[in-house]
Amino acid sequence: MKSWARLRMVLGRVGQALPALFGVIVVTFILTRALPGDPAVYFAGPAADEASIQQIREALGLDRPLYEQFVYYLGDLASGNLGVSISTGQPVLEELARRLPASLELTLGALLLSLAIAIPMGVLAATNPGRPIDHICRVIATAGVSLPTFFTGIALVFVFYYLLGWSPAPIGRLDFAYLSPPPITGFYTIDALLDGDPETAMAAAGQLLLPMITLALFTLAPIARMTRGAMLQALGSDFIRTAKAAGLSQRVILIRYAFRNAMLPVITTLGMVFSFTLGANVLVEKVFAWPGIGSFAVDALVVSDYAAVQGFVLTMAMLFVLLNLLIDIAYTLIDPRIEANG
Amino acid sequence: MADVTAFKAGVKPRNHIVYILTENPVSIVAIAGFAVIVFAAIFGPLVAPYDPLATNVAISLHPPSWDHWFGTDQLGRDVFSRVLVAARLDLMISVSAVALSFVIGATIGSAAGYFGGWTDRITGRVVDTIMAFPLFVLAMGIVAALGNTVENIIYATAIINVPFYARVARAEAAIRRTAGFVQAAKLSGNSDLRILATQVFPNALPPMAVQASLNMGWAILNAAGLSFIGLGVRPPTPEWGIMVAEGANFIISGEWWLAIFPGLALMLTVFTFNLLGDALRDIVDPRQRT
Repeated sequence: MKSWARLRMVLGRVGQALPALFGVIVVTFILTRALPGDPAVYFAGPAADEASIQQIREALGLDRPLYEQFVYYLGDLASGNLGVSISTGQPVLEELARRLPASLELTLGALLLSLAIAIPMGVLAATNPGRPIDHICRVIATAGVSLPTFFTGIALVFVFYYLLGWSPAPIGRLDFAYLSPPPITGFYTIDALLDGDPETAMAAAGQLLLPMITLALFTLAPIARMTRGAMLQALGSDFIRTAKAAGLSQRVILIRYAFRNAMLPVITTLGMVFSFTLGANVLVEKVFAWPGIGSFAVDALVVSDYAAVQGFVLTMAMLFVLLNLLIDIAYTLIDPRIEANG
Repeated sequence: MADVTAFKAGVKPRNHIVYILTENPVSIVAIAGFAVIVFAAIFGPLVAPYDPLATNVAISLHPPSWDHWFGTDQLGRDVFSRVLVAARLDLMISVSAVALSFVIGATIGSAAGYFGGWTDRITGRVVDTIMAFPLFVLAMGIVAALGNTVENIIYATAIINVPFYARVARAEAAIRRTAGFVQAAKLSGNSDLRILATQVFPNALPPMAVQASLNMGWAILNAAGLSFIGLGVRPPTPEWGIMVAEGANFIISGEWWLAIFPGLALMLTVFTFNLLGDALRDIVDPRQRT
């Protein structure tokens, strides 16, 4: 019965994500059609003549009423047709799919790194309120959200590449001296290890480190702040006092009682952090010439490659909806109260 | 116990503000920083030692010196003058964006909270849909669709910030729609719109103002980020984001002053606004302090 209730909750979460997904599709549709002037002219590119513009207009269904265009748009999305990128001449979906692993490796790596630093920092600050560690945590939290990611990235390159020479040149995922490992997961570091090539793995990790730290510095602040707040609230609650009165050890109280309860609000607010991370990702990729979907979109924006930009916006939004869904499901599975109520 | 009552009875709002400011010296620093930023935005072009657009290739890429405090860029332009003059444009973009999202968010949010029902459901859907996007990415898409101009940077930044204001305004309006003073106003024959404007909205203003000042820094970061990737402001206009982007090309050859100074100006401005927002929140609602 219990697992049945949980399954129903999970399915409910999936159902709740559908309106968001639909909203995302409607907005990207509006953005495509809101192009100033005639979208067909934009999609055809600067070198197009009247006949090819007309051809594109028909191909895009731009001569039909708006609701019909929307149905076409849905059909295109379902078959994975995001149009052709005029800057590379390749289908947008292929371009995005090829670059997505690079972006994911960077984003997920940065998130793991910042979680690994921010959560202990928040816990330490909450258990020592008013002490130096608490003040340091507070300063870092306020300073962290004030940092323009592109500026921190450039400052780190200057210090660690130009001044100290510890870091490789910011020229993408792997130095030209190395061959990219055979793609299995698409993450260079993991692929190289799977291939039994520790040298390439180290080189890839070296390239990854600086952009990862840049991105992590940015997400560190909100996570540390949330952890501290949630931890303080948990530590101040009645069940902790009961546990103390019952004579449980400090360690058990802190980890099993306070920490596990404090993690629930932190998990729910991770969604907002993802939103910032995916946005900041674009800037970090540009600084480090990281060949992900963010720098692809920036290049496309500069040359007015609209199909590519819209495909990118849609991909990012889908990714974000999906991540939020995963968070919701994780929350449903972790929270013991749901079992008691369901 | 008697002391506590006496303290409560004797405290005046002005004393409370003075207390908050003196208790946390960081707030004083924030106000001083704010004064510098506003000064630069208003008088920047007047006090700048050089013309921010004047090129002089003979002195290109000179490091900071007495003549050129922040050095010169690849065209021999004075970086200090450019950083100073850029303050006005950066602030103009973010203040306009925040003002726009404040007005739109306050209108739809308080209407949703006060009327409830369909108004609430539709605005809620719209707000949720905006929040379903990574916000910076949505801003990129909006600028790409509307066209690559400074005005569109303002609109895009405004749109992605509307949800925050709408949510605060909605919550504040919703808890007051059945309050005594609202019902009294209704009984004495005021129209819904009048009640919304004169009774409900003024009460939502303090938390909205806190939201705006906390939001300011983020709006500046977003706008600068958009111009960093080449949207909106065009060279040679001095603007912090674009100056960092141009300076980035010189960082790996060691000409650090091109990117670092505008970046620092941007960072300190955002930091100042964040500190001010925190101070304002402590004044308006001490319980939210973290």
